[in-house]
Amino acid sequence: MKRRTATEYKLRRKAFRTVLYTLAIGLSLTFLFPVVWAVGASFKPLIEVYRFPPTLFPWPPQWQNYPAALSKLPFARFIGNTFVITMGATLGQVFSASLVGYAFARLHWRGRSFWFVCLLATMMLPGQVLLIPHYLIFKNLGWVNTYKPLIVPAWLGGGAFFIFLFRQFFKGIPSELEDAARIDGANELQIYARIFLPLAKPILITVAIMSFIGHWKNFMGPLIYLSDYERYPIALGLRMYQQVEGGSFVHYLMAASVVALFPLLILFFLAQRYITKGLLLTGSKA
Amino acid sequence: MPTLKQKPTRSQNRTGYLFASPWLFGFFALTLGPMVLSFLFAFIRWDGISVDTIKWVGLGNYARAMRDPDVGIALWNTAYYSFISVPLGLSVALGLAMLLNQKLRGISLFRTIFYMPSVIGGVATIMMWIWVFNPEYGLLNGALRQGCNLLAAMGLTSARTWVLPQWIFSARWAKPSLILMSMWGAGASMLIFLAALQNVPDSLYEAADLDGAGRWSKFLHITVPQISPAIFFNLIMGIIGSFQVFAQAFLMTNGGPNKATLFYVLYLYNKAFQDFEIGYASALAWILFVIILFFTLLVIRSSKVWVYYEGD
Repeated sequence: MKRRTATEYKLRRKAFRTVLYTLAIGLSLTFLFPVVWAVGASFKPLIEVYRFPPTLFPWPPQWQNYPAALSKLPFARFIGNTFVITMGATLGQVFSASLVGYAFARLHWRGRSFWFVCLLATMMLPGQVLLIPHYLIFKNLGWVNTYKPLIVPAWLGGGAFFIFLFRQFFKGIPSELEDAARIDGANELQIYARIFLPLAKPILITVAIMSFIGHWKNFMGPLIYLSDYERYPIALGLRMYQQVEGGSFVHYLMAASVVALFPLLILFFLAQRYITKGLLLTGSKA
Repeated sequence: MPTLKQKPTRSQNRTGYLFASPWLFGFFALTLGPMVLSFLFAFIRWDGISVDTIKWVGLGNYARAMRDPDVGIALWNTAYYSFISVPLGLSVALGLAMLLNQKLRGISLFRTIFYMPSVIGGVATIMMWIWVFNPEYGLLNGALRQGCNLLAAMGLTSARTWVLPQWIFSARWAKPSLILMSMWGAGASMLIFLAALQNVPDSLYEAADLDGAGRWSKFLHITVPQISPAIFFNLIMGIIGSFQVFAQAFLMTNGGPNKATLFYVLYLYNKAFQDFEIGYASALAWILFVIILFFTLLVIRSSKVWVYYEGD
């Protein structure tokens, strides 16, 4: 190995760290740019969008772009619709996944391990195989063009992944609590509701947030089932905007997109801890 | 009090099934049942509307899929996208994770920035990227053009010789554009890699330093094996996800230009919901299932060779 002086080591390390910082900052800017640029564009007057060299942020910012963009299509309604769908589905997922997860974790019933294997198997299934039968089933139920196909399935177990998360969590709780409650004469429902559920608060929040984000972003489901544009969630609303106005009114489209992003952004910043934890739980399941 | 080893009582069975009933009902009604249905649909021709149009074709749909040139195109596009975006995405994610693992200051800020796109991504960000890719006024070409002008000003090249790609409007650049966009969402994999990296014991690296190992050797022989479960997980998730790419193609290019981004799921969607070919689309769905299963099992099988778990 080459002999180096102490100062040489310090300098090399400093140089290395500078490179790293530059890299980190450069990459961060690259990652931020699409969104930052879109936000900037949303405040521009239309001609400035087409200017070269492109400007990042206009002065003065055209605040009126926002109400103008949002009035061309009923965006307030789209966002309201998205809330309805998302809340309905998230509630269902949290509620039923925790119930079923509890059953797999703490209850003893014949066939439990068999059904658990079935549960795991469903995680491997790509949704496309079920797409067409689902549509036909819902069509025959008269549920097309309603929110029911988007909400009701969430209440039926809430997805294998969340059930799995709850199961792992509930399994980790020591049995003494349960035994003590049983001695006191509590029935299963009470044990679940009064002991396990409160303990599961962190995971309830994590699942709720992950579910919220997933349903807020859901595009294909609404695309297939909703035909009345008044029922559109924001994902379809944006697409409609793109088809109707997008090519000519880019700044409005960007404003609408920013508004669509906003709740997710806020949720992300408030609940980052939980989102990250939820993600890492996905990884540890492997 | 009944213990684990004893057979559950009738009342315990009842409780268990009661708690699990939402999922059990959903499993039969929305998973198993539809699976059987879709399997059967693959053997018929139907428009999904009137029952009298049903016609049994046996393996006809599968035969048609073999002959259908669009299926070949769709498979090629999907494979192209998947086999490039997944390794690339993993590399970017790993690179970012290694960068963040360096104990720099402001790491949580950087982590947030890298992770944010994969969380907020959706139709809104796709709209933003459509504009980023715009050949005349978009951010990408704008930046490239500035870069070229800069190089030209420094005398390194002639500004006139550069033709900038048309990105999503070019049959040649459409798929690379989508691949580029997919790397923007590498944040989730990055977090998993970061967690794995942080779990690698420093003592291993110190021992390697004592033996005089270089940086690349340490990476190859310590880092990679130690984080191989994370690589395994991200790889499988990446493959499964990339084979199902839909929204970007649907919103940005609608399969074009010239079917360059006609991905498999997009083709399936068109066949099912625009052409109303229930049988054919179902057959296509099962083909996709088999393909994804094949590659997943391949990775799982191979994992015995290169994945090291704790305590191996």
